[in-house]
Amino acid sequence: MWAELAVTAAKLLVVATVLLTCVPIMVWVERRGAAFIQDRLGPNRVGPMGLLQPVIDAVKLFFKEDLTPGGVNPILYTLAPMVSMFVALVTFIVIPFSADAGVEVFGVPLKGIHVAPDLGVGVLYLLAISSLGVYGIVLAGWSSNNKYSLLGGLRSSAQLLSYELSLTMSVLGVVLVSGTLNLQEVIGRQGPEIWKWHAVTQPIGFIVFLVAAFAETNRLPFDLAEAETELVAGYHVEYSSMRFASFFMSEYINIVTISALTVTLFLGGWQVPWLTATLSGWPLLLVSAGAFAAKVALLLWLFVWVRWSLPRFRYDQLMQLGWKGLLPLAALNLLIVGMAMGQGWL
Amino acid sequence: MAEYIPILVFTAVAFSFPIITILISKAIRAGRFDPVKAEPYECGIVPASEAFDTRFSIRYYLIAVLFVVFDVETVFLYPWAVMFKKLELFGFIEMLVFLGILVAAYIYAWRRGALKWV
Repeated sequence: MWAELAVTAAKLLVVATVLLTCVPIMVWVERRGAAFIQDRLGPNRVGPMGLLQPVIDAVKLFFKEDLTPGGVNPILYTLAPMVSMFVALVTFIVIPFSADAGVEVFGVPLKGIHVAPDLGVGVLYLLAISSLGVYGIVLAGWSSNNKYSLLGGLRSSAQLLSYELSLTMSVLGVVLVSGTLNLQEVIGRQGPEIWKWHAVTQPIGFIVFLVAAFAETNRLPFDLAEAETELVAGYHVEYSSMRFASFFMSEYINIVTISALTVTLFLGGWQVPWLTATLSGWPLLLVSAGAFAAKVALLLWLFVWVRWSLPRFRYDQLMQLGWKGLLPLAALNLLIVGMAMGQGWL
Repeated sequence: MAEYIPILVFTAVAFSFPIITILISKAIRAGRFDPVKAEPYECGIVPASEAFDTRFSIRYYLIAVLFVVFDVETVFLYPWAVMFKKLELFGFIEMLVFLGILVAAYIYAWRRGALKWV
C-alpha cells in the first residue's frame, strides 16, 4: 500500500516537474520561433541563445506589484487565476506518457509514466475537467470591472463552448473504434503501424479535433479572447504579477495538454512503427517516453508555426466555422466511422 | 476507489500551487496603494461609465443555451460509443434515430437564425 503510494507520488512529482518545465521552454520556443519566422533575432541576451530569458521573466513577475484595482469583486478576482491554473494542472494525470512496459520498482508494478493508470474514465475525465477552464476566463473577465476584460471574457466563453462541442464529437469517433475510455488502451488499440493510427483512419475527425484544439486553447487564429488590436489583452487586462503569470502559465500548460491528448488519441501515442513492438522492459519505457515527447514537441511547433503564419478570424467567421462547419463535419465523421465499423473495416 | 487516489493527491497539489506562488509574490513585493493605480485601465482615458453597464449582444446567451442542448446530447453518445461493438446493428440504428432528432433540432436552430452571428 505505502510502496504503491510512494510510486504514485514519485510519478506525480516527475510529471508535474516536466510539465512546469515545459512552460518556460515553450515560451522560449515561441519567441525564438516568431523571430525565426519574421526574420528577426529574438531574445538572445540572457544565457546561451536567450534560453534563460523565460526564467528571468518569471523572476521579474515575482517582483512585480500585485495590484487589486478598485471596483473589482475581490473574491472572484483572486479566484479566477487559481481556477485557470488548477484546471490546467489537474487534467494531466490521465495521459500515458510511456508504454506499460511491465517494469517493477521496489516490487511495485510501475505501469508506465502514467499517474492514474487504472482510471477507466480517462477521456471523460480529461474533457470534463478541461471544460471547467472556461470558468477561470469568465470569472476574470466579469470580476475585473473593465470593459475590455468583460468583452474578452464573454467572447471567450462563447468561443470555448462552441468549439467544445466539435471537440467532444470528434473524440467520439476514436471512442467508437476503441470501445474504451482509458487512454492507455486507446493507444493499445491503434497498433504500431502508421495506417492503424486514428489520424489516418479518421482524417475528418483528426482535422476537426485539431482545429477545435486551437480554438479551445485560445491560440491564433482563434485568439479572439485577447485580440491585442481591439481588446488590449482581453480577460486579463487588469491582472499583474503572479496572478497574471497564472493565466500565462495555464495557457501554455493547456497547449501542452491538448498536444499530448492529440498524440494519444490520433497519432498512436508513444508507439514507433516496428520499433516499440520489438522492445520490452526498461528500453521500451525509455524509447516510448522519448517517442511521445518527440511527437508532442512536433505538435507544439505546429502551434507556434500557425500562430505566426495565419491572421486572426473575425468573430462571426469564428462562430460560423464552429457551428456550421466543424459540428456537421464531426457528426459526419461519427456516421462514417460507425458505418465502416459495421462493414468490418475498422 | 484506489484508482482515484492519484487524482485526490494531484488535486491537492494543483490547488496549493497557485495559492503558494501568489502568496510568495505578495510577500516579496508589498503593494503601495494609489487611487490612480486602482482605476480601471482604459488606455489612459478616465472611464465614462462602469464596465457592468456595458451592453453586449444577446447572442452570447443564445450560444450558451444551444451549447447546453447539444452538449447533453453528446454526453449521451459516450456510453453508446463505448458499448458500440456489443450493441451491433441495433445500437447503430438506435443511434441513427437519436442523431436524426439532433439533426432536426440543429436544422431548426439554423433555419431560425440562431447560428447566425451579425
